Amino acid sequence: MEILFAVIILGSLGLIFGVGLAIASKRFNVKVDPKLEQVQHLLPGANCGACGNPGCFGFAESLLEGKNTVESCRVCSEEIKEKIAGIMGVSLEKQTKKIATLHCNGGLKVKDKYAYSGVNDCIAANLVLGGQKSCVFACLGFGTCAKACPFGAISMSDEGLPVVDKVKCRSCNKCVLACPKKLFSLVSISNSVYVACSSHDAGRDVKAVCPVGCIACRLCEKACKFDAIRVIDNLAVIDYHKCTSCKACVKVCPTKTIRVRE
Amino acid sequence: MNVQAFLSIFISSVFIYNVILSRFLGLCPFVAISKNTKQAFAMSAAVTFVITAASAVTWLIYRFLLLPFNLAYLRTLSFVLVIAALVQLIEMVIRKTSPVLYRAFGIYLTLITTNCAVLGAAVLNIDMFFVNGKAVAGSFYYSVFQGFCMGLGYTLAMLIMSGIRERLELCNVPKALKDFPLAFIIASVLSLSFMGFNGFKF
Repeated sequence: MEILFAVIILGSLGLIFGVGLAIASKRFNVKVDPKLEQVQHLLPGANCGACGNPGCFGFAESLLEGKNTVESCRVCSEEIKEKIAGIMGVSLEKQTKKIATLHCNGGLKVKDKYAYSGVNDCIAANLVLGGQKSCVFACLGFGTCAKACPFGAISMSDEGLPVVDKVKCRSCNKCVLACPKKLFSLVSISNSVYVACSSHDAGRDVKAVCPVGCIACRLCEKACKFDAIRVIDNLAVIDYHKCTSCKACVKVCPTKTIRVRE
Repeated sequence: MNVQAFLSIFISSVFIYNVILSRFLGLCPFVAISKNTKQAFAMSAAVTFVITAASAVTWLIYRFLLLPFNLAYLRTLSFVLVIAALVQLIEMVIRKTSPVLYRAFGIYLTLITTNCAVLGAAVLNIDMFFVNGKAVAGSFYYSVFQGFCMGLGYTLAMLIMSGIRERLELCNVPKALKDFPLAFIIASVLSLSFMGFNGFKF
C-alpha cells in the first residue's frame, strides 16, 4: 500500500511538471528567426570581435537586423561568406585578404638597456621606461601578440620576434591592438614588400642601437619609379595604393630594412 | 522570527560553512568558470537566484506533499525532479520576459540544473529547519534566507577565486602547473583559510 502511495505521488509530480512545462513552453515561446541559427552555424565561432560585435552570435544578429554586412567578418573564408550571403539573399563584394605584418626586425639584434625581470608580458615591460630594449620603438619579444591571437597564427622565433603564419592569420586585428609598441599593421596579401622598422629616430641614433633599422637614407625614395615610398619623419613609409611590389627598394636598402614577405 | 537567527544564518552560510570552501558543493563551476571575474559573477548570480527559488519550492513540496504521506525518504528523488523542472521553467520565463537577463545568465542557468550546490542547499534546509518531522517556527523564511545566503557564499568564493586566477595569469608559473593544477592549489589554500572561521579539529 505504501509503495503505491510513493509511486502515485512521485508519478503525478512528474506528470504535473511535464504537462506544466509543456504548457509553459507554448506560452513563453520565443520566435527565433531560422536564418539566425543557419548563419550562426556557418560563422567561425571564434568570437574574436573583429567585426565590432560581441562574438559571432552578436554578428549574426546584427547581420539579420541589417546593421552589418557579410564582409565585416574578416575570419571566415570566401566560400562560407558566399553561403551566408546566399542565406541572407544579398550579393557579396570581393575583398582581398590582409595579413598582420610586424614592422620591426630588431629582436635579439637590439641590445637591452637594462635587465628586465618583471611580469612576462610586453604591456607590463613597456610600463618600465618603455621596455628593456635600447630602441624605444623595438619589439620587446615577450609575445603578447602571440597570446592575443585567437587563431594560433603568431609564434615567437628564436630571434625573439613574432612570426605570423600567413595561412592561419585571419586579419582579426587582435595583435594590432595588443602590441603596446603598435608594431603590427594589416597589409594586403598582394603587397609583399614592407618596411620592417617603426623607428622615428634620426639615422645615427638608429645605427647606434640597431643594425637593421631604417636610417632614413632616402635611397628607396630615389629607387622607386612609382613614387610609392617616402621617408616621412625619419621612417620609410610605403603607399600601398601605388606600390607594385617591384622590389626595387628592397635591393637598394643598405640595412635590409625593407623586406619581402616570405 | 528574530534578527539574531537571521544574522547567524547569514554568518554561518556565507563564511563558516561556505558552500564551496567548507561544504565542497558545486565545485565544477568553481574550477571551470573561475578564469575571469565577469563570467564567474554571471554564474554566481544565476546560482544564487536558483538556490533561493529552489529552497522555497522544495520546502513547500516537503512540508505539504512528502510529510503528510510519510514519504520523507523520497526527499532526494523528488527534489532533483523539482529543481530540474524549476530551472527549466525559470529559463523559459526569463527568455520571454527579459532577453537581456537571459543573455547575461547565458548557458549557466541550464547548467545549474545539475549543480549539487542547489540540491545540497535544499537538503540542508530540510535537515536544519525540520525537527522530528515538524517545521520549526518561521522555518520557511529561514530556509529561503539560508538558500539566498548560501548563494552569497558561493558568489564570494567564486569572486575570490577568479580574482586570484586573473592575477596569476600574468605570472611566470612552471608549465606543468599552468591552469587547472594551479587552480587546485589555490582552491586548497582558500579552503584552509576559510576553515579558520570554523576552527580546526584534530
